[in-house]
Amino acid sequence: MSINVSGVTKRFGDFVALDDVSVDLPTGQLTALLGPSGGGKSTLLRIIAGLESADSGTVTIEGTEATHLPPQKRNVGFVFQHYAAFKHMSVAKNVAFGLEIRHRSKEEVKKRVGDLLDLVHLSQFADRLPSQLSGGQRQRMALARALAVEPSVLLLDEPFGALDAKVRKELRDWLRRLHDEVHVTSVFVTHDQEEALEVADEIVVINDGRIEQIGAPDDLYDSPASDFVMTFLGPTTRLGGVLVRPHDIDVLTHTVPGAVAGRIERQLRVGFEVRLTVATEDAQQVEVTVTRATQRQLDLHEGVEVWLTPTTGVPRAEIAAV
Amino acid sequence: MAVIASAASPAPPANPRGRRARGARSLGAGSTLSLGISVLWFSLLVLIPLVAVLVSAAGLGPAGFWKVLSSPQTAAAIRLTVEQSVLVTLLNVVMGTTLAWVLVRDRFFGKRALDVVIDVPFALPTIVAGLVLLSLYGPRSPLGINAVNTRYAVFLALAFVTLPFVVRTVQPVLETLERDVEEAAASLGAGRLTTFRRVILPSLVPAISAGAALSFARGISEYGSLVLLSGNLPGRTEVASVRVLTYIENGHKDQASAVAAVLLVVALLVIVVLDVVQRRLARRG
Amino acid sequence: MAEATSTTAYARDPKPVRWGLRILVVGYVFLLVAWPTYLVFENALKPGVGKMLSGLGDPEVSHALALTVTITIWAVVINLAFGLTVSLLLVRYDFPGKRVLSALLDVPLSVSPVVVGLALVLVYNGQDGWFGPWLEKAGYQVIFSTPGIVMATVFVALPLVIREIVPVLEEIGDDQEQAARSLGANGYQTFWRITLPGIKWAVVYGVVLALARSLGEFGAVKIVSGNIVGQSQTATLSVEETYQNFQQQTAYAESALLALAAMVCLVIVAVIRPKEHKK
Repeated sequence: MSINVSGVTKRFGDFVALDDVSVDLPTGQLTALLGPSGGGKSTLLRIIAGLESADSGTVTIEGTEATHLPPQKRNVGFVFQHYAAFKHMSVAKNVAFGLEIRHRSKEEVKKRVGDLLDLVHLSQFADRLPSQLSGGQRQRMALARALAVEPSVLLLDEPFGALDAKVRKELRDWLRRLHDEVHVTSVFVTHDQEEALEVADEIVVINDGRIEQIGAPDDLYDSPASDFVMTFLGPTTRLGGVLVRPHDIDVLTHTVPGAVAGRIERQLRVGFEVRLTVATEDAQQVEVTVTRATQRQLDLHEGVEVWLTPTTGVPRAEIAAV
Repeated sequence: MAVIASAASPAPPANPRGRRARGARSLGAGSTLSLGISVLWFSLLVLIPLVAVLVSAAGLGPAGFWKVLSSPQTAAAIRLTVEQSVLVTLLNVVMGTTLAWVLVRDRFFGKRALDVVIDVPFALPTIVAGLVLLSLYGPRSPLGINAVNTRYAVFLALAFVTLPFVVRTVQPVLETLERDVEEAAASLGAGRLTTFRRVILPSLVPAISAGAALSFARGISEYGSLVLLSGNLPGRTEVASVRVLTYIENGHKDQASAVAAVLLVVALLVIVVLDVVQRRLARRG
Repeated sequence: MAEATSTTAYARDPKPVRWGLRILVVGYVFLLVAWPTYLVFENALKPGVGKMLSGLGDPEVSHALALTVTITIWAVVINLAFGLTVSLLLVRYDFPGKRVLSALLDVPLSVSPVVVGLALVLVYNGQDGWFGPWLEKAGYQVIFSTPGIVMATVFVALPLVIREIVPVLEEIGDDQEQAARSLGANGYQTFWRITLPGIKWAVVYGVVLALARSLGEFGAVKIVSGNIVGQSQTATLSVEETYQNFQQQTAYAESALLALAAMVCLVIVAVIRPKEHKK
């Protein structure tokens, strides 16, 4: 186990940011800490980095007890949401910083900085100041800077949070490919479930200072451990007494045992899918997503009477009686 | 933050070009008249008199000008003024930066009061500042320290009146410094001292130099706080502005102008230096 | 997360460093500013409030105080009118030489008061000044008289109002003014109903700063006033005079009064500043 967090609690005044959190993050993997903002995921990351101290509990990094080590002794790379560029230093100097602190030889620093700038495709910008780079370029520089010291773990705090949608998507793919190349144990914080599902080997869902579920993206999606995880990882709708995903509902034009009857109230075509709002007999509004083909085949349109039943073998959660 | 200083100090506007307005109109009849009157008043009050100083100094001719400045008493006064201003500026660079650091980074009971007290030297009339220092460092000192009529008195008075400059230029910059930059340095292995020296200090250098320039400019032009304190002993505790006054009192306005011209040029240089520093800062973004 | 980063473990210096720095700076400010300033008040009040007031009641002293008040009012009013006009011109209009004017307006803050005094004397003295003899012939004495003192005071405090108003004017923009005009307001109405309320705090702040500076001017006034007791002697000049004439008690009383006025200005500023920021 590369990082071991055990029984960590952290309070800010009356606010409990982390409540007895324990998690093991395996070596070489790319793990996402996923959850709504204010849920404690950034705090957990900062406690691993030593930028925050836990009120109780322990942190072990690569077998070394690190709970009370200052950040500079932990050998972790940290990438910040807002880049944290050293504004007065050139891109190359930024990347060289950690190596110079470690008093590496000039040639070694030069070679390693060159390699890293190649890796993040910033070689031609080596002598620029960070202010002359775009957001995406700055974040790549920050990544190279963090990787330069060959950290035992790479921690990324909402690394794409400050970037616009397009750059965000590019960098996300690029991070995945980079990780496949470099294989450094990485943990990144995000509140974007799509980002987590797409990039991570493993996802830790954190909410209200507690871990809701840990697992591979598919596991989490297919068998969420709680309403919260299910709701957070994708759209959901209520059908009868259960929570299901809108695309996991079979729409029938005839009744079957257990099906819920209703009438299509509204339909909205979005690209290849069609979103139906069905008013059921028990006065619920159920959102259903079907493909364009299904819609045509069944001739679904507003006013048509339909029967709904959850597709067999899909994740669903019983809704606790309120 | 109570900051008389930020306004009362001769700091240049953060961005001189910023005064160019978005969507500014061209002048109409009424505004042309206002502009005319304003410029006339400003010229009569400030520009023409300052030019008169330079003209009067130039009237001495290069040789006469040099003769005034190199006369032993005046040369000694200028030397003392520059020397003490440099020393005080160095002190301010260290203490001002430390003060700004504590005001921004620390929290403790009485910090707000400290913040206000720092502005006292700006708010006090200079003659009162002299009397203030006299009560602790004069003949009736409860500490038993009597600095009156010594060079220490000059140093003390200059340290008092220039106290807020570096603090008030560094403080806002330190406030906007992003904390994650220091955290990044730490995660890369830098200790606190290294982080301060290599990451924080370079970001503060423009602000510190601006504060230092203001402090130096104020130092060399100081008069009021020294009157009661330094004794104005020729060749020993007499500063440049006192020389100007003595020349005037003796009816040598042209010789007074020579020394005044030096003070004026230094003041203008400081403004230019500040402008350059600010612009460089703006470029770094 | 924002609430987390403000009080992080790493963000604060280690305790010994924090205490060391605290003691250093508090000690420095205490010895250089706080204690000496306190002593002035203590010295002024030592003989009792009655004695202090009677010192201030001395005809020459009270004349000096009254003169300072008059000069200050004149200087502040002139600088307010000039400052408002110039700020509006700089921000709302475009004209050739604007950048130069804007830069020149800051010059008075950097010039030594003694140089200011000399400069005014060179131009306005009645014997060999550039304009002085001519003005004197027309019946106006400037140097060694109240107009000269007012001019010197206006000079040293000139940029203070402008420096406060200009940034605020820039920030609020002219959208509201244009809206007012589109609703039929004329220039005068727009200024009183829209522009002025928007820059209200900046104006107050600038006035307070100009007030503090005007009350305390010494060097420039000393040169242009002639320092004639009971005539052109201001409060700050009187402090020097009384102290050197061994009326130290009076000097302390006057100083305490001036210091008190300065402190009041400081407090007003301390109260206004956050208000301005909140907007």
